[in-house]
Amino acid sequence: MSINFDQILQTFIVEAKDLLQEMEESLLQLESDPSDNDILGAIFRAAHTIKGSAGLFGFDPIISFTHIVEDVLDRMRDGKVAIAGELIALLLECGDHMQHLIAVVAAQGQELDQTATEREKLLRQRLHVYETNSAVHSIATTELNSVHILEEGNVASDLWHISLRFSEDVLRNGINPLSFLRYLNSQGTIIHIISVSDNMPVASAMNPEICYLGFEIGYQSEAEKSDIADIFEFVGDDCLVNIIPPHSKIAEYIDLIHKLPETPSRLGELLIKSGALTQHELEKGLQQQNKQFKPALPLGEILVQQGAVQPVVVQAALEKQTQIQDNKNKESHYVRVHADKLDQLINLVGELVIAGAGASLLARNCENDALQEATSIVSGLVEEIRDGALRLRMVPIGDTFNRFQRVVRDVSLELGKDIELVISGADTELDKTVVEKIGDPLLHLLRNAMDHGIEAPAVRQAAGKSAKGKLHLNAYHDSGSIVIEIVDDGAGLNRERILDKARERGLVAANVTPSDQEIFNLIFEAGFSTAAAVTNLSGRGVGMDVVKRNITALRGTVDLDSEAGRGATVRIRLPLTLAIIDGFLVGVGQSSYVIPLDMVQECVELSEQDRLVTRERRYLNLRGEVLPLIFLRDQFNVGEPTGRRENVVVVHFGDHKAGLVVDELQGEFQTVIKPLGKLFSALRGISGSTILGSGAVALIIDVPSLVKQIVHHETNAVNQLQLSVVNQ
Amino acid sequence: MIRHKTKKGILTVHIEGHMLIRNAVEMKSELMSCLAQKNEVELNLSLVNEIDIAGLQLLILAKKEASLHQFNVRLVEHSNAVIEIFDLCNLSAFFGDPLMLSSSKAIPQASSA
Repeated sequence: MSINFDQILQTFIVEAKDLLQEMEESLLQLESDPSDNDILGAIFRAAHTIKGSAGLFGFDPIISFTHIVEDVLDRMRDGKVAIAGELIALLLECGDHMQHLIAVVAAQGQELDQTATEREKLLRQRLHVYETNSAVHSIATTELNSVHILEEGNVASDLWHISLRFSEDVLRNGINPLSFLRYLNSQGTIIHIISVSDNMPVASAMNPEICYLGFEIGYQSEAEKSDIADIFEFVGDDCLVNIIPPHSKIAEYIDLIHKLPETPSRLGELLIKSGALTQHELEKGLQQQNKQFKPALPLGEILVQQGAVQPVVVQAALEKQTQIQDNKNKESHYVRVHADKLDQLINLVGELVIAGAGASLLARNCENDALQEATSIVSGLVEEIRDGALRLRMVPIGDTFNRFQRVVRDVSLELGKDIELVISGADTELDKTVVEKIGDPLLHLLRNAMDHGIEAPAVRQAAGKSAKGKLHLNAYHDSGSIVIEIVDDGAGLNRERILDKARERGLVAANVTPSDQEIFNLIFEAGFSTAAAVTNLSGRGVGMDVVKRNITALRGTVDLDSEAGRGATVRIRLPLTLAIIDGFLVGVGQSSYVIPLDMVQECVELSEQDRLVTRERRYLNLRGEVLPLIFLRDQFNVGEPTGRRENVVVVHFGDHKAGLVVDELQGEFQTVIKPLGKLFSALRGISGSTILGSGAVALIIDVPSLVKQIVHHETNAVNQLQLSVVNQ
Repeated sequence: MIRHKTKKGILTVHIEGHMLIRNAVEMKSELMSCLAQKNEVELNLSLVNEIDIAGLQLLILAKKEASLHQFNVRLVEHSNAVIEIFDLCNLSAFFGDPLMLSSSKAIPQASSA
């Protein structure tokens, strides 16, 4: 069983992390809507489950700290502690600490260091205030409750009754049912226990790896029902647990009798034996039940009766059922796979694509029809496998976005601004590696928008805007890339100040007037800051250039739009995947180049007539539209003479369009991107290389940078023109 | 692992080592073959050093099998591991065999309450 233990521990750690994440999100929701009991319940359950599962592993530091948090949450739920911003902030910190505890105690098996212990002490003190402020009151209510309960026809037993039945697979799943009994004994006292072996078949039919035993337990404990239930939470479907609190109604026991697999009379006997019921109580309960179901009652009366009792019960039962169903569905729909395995798979698929291309090339040269057909089927399948494998790595960006709720909350408190984060497009999927790497740049941009973009409430009101600032995070797919937008409704960028600063630093010549777009993008230059005051969040001029560098490293681009007084929009464009793309193979002279297919819009043949004209003026009239041309032959200094004809591949990127002039169109090609070595990192216009079926190397064209280059070139030309006009 | 010998018409079976889920399948077939003659059997548990719920089930099965075919299976010289699990599940009364007090440690007689 020790083999499985590690696995279960890993599951616990992953689940606990998810739960804490959920708890954090719910706490933030609760802050905006303190009256929502469902959310509070969800938070409580999360803390509860963590405590319960930690108990199974004996992680005492986690149990004891979570216990206090849970106590406070319980008081919040009972309305004994008011939900205030301060308390939520405290609970958020507690969540962070629990995360730390799990990382240290559960994952690394170590003890807390000095700072963490200190922190825990402080948190405990602060929690203590909420724990005790109405202790007297709470004891009074409990007593009141117990008195109240005893009045009605309830059982005399002051013990919990726990009934356990295990699924067939419980032993095979590596769970030891006896460990629950031992754990129960450590948290309270098992007063009576009856082992039920009625379900064990005769020897020939008995499978020794199936658990046939069940237990009826009389248990003495101060714990709450949910505490006890949590002990069994971890086994989930492998265990049928019924917990009946002390002094419950007899009806609950009768219910239990119906739920369990054994016959009612045998169960009645068991219940009496385990001290849960007296003979008298059992008889009374059965009588009552018989009365209830007597068909002699007038229909109306039954309905009234049912109307009075049933709805709540039925609904509770239904909810429980759907919840279980949901959990089951969730579990059966997901398989946790180590990311390394996926990476390995993608690498293999990459090799498969290359090898497949080699095979089909050979097949074509053989001029064997049957062979060609076979290879074409294989390449079709390889393509599907490739798409499937890449889709495996796609994750929705929503999780990353949601994490920012907390950041926005904390930062807006720190800055004394009221800022709301609106998220849309959270379902948009992109490659896991990209998601991981985009987090930091996004965080920086958000902080920047909050610090510099959104004004203080007073300023906003003076400007006729609502005091509450709005940040909008949006994501969507657009021609083979994902676009992430960060929109704020703040003051926008100060065009003049950026221009002044840029001139001061010599980035822009004094007599040149760049476009707005260019001015705004200057803030991505290294060491550029226009902030009048340096805060501890941002404004030091370090950062935006790092953001840009990080995004460029992901083969993405970033640009910025701004409208004075209305806000700014930062738009990040990222490729969907880093490993394999659909490419369009073109030839220039002897060499081949790959253009990402997503960016190709159309192909046009360059007629003899056009060839003569375009050589000089470098643009083409494409159905009345001016299309700037990039001659790849010139761009990459291909020495060989021009081929018999030339073609134009029209590519688009964002708002820009350009034509790439090539000799030969060679068709679609699945491209496995091989990064270029460090030596070529400064190379512009090339984003990587790939290996063709023939074994030759083809360069992958970096369309964005080529397009940008040409745009830059054109603007410079315009500026030169302006200059010469001014000089005259 | 199981060793057995016949003495005065009674089959004595020594169970040694562990009675755990991982050897439950072999343990069951060995144990059942000992019961096949449907004659009185004495199970000596003194050398059982580890037992879990799967092992416990086998003992229950043996007992049930015996009562079904009306012969006797007696458990003798329970080891501490066996006594611990009987106590935990309150099964001493079910098996009905007297528990010997081991000399090393006083074991409270499990009550049948």
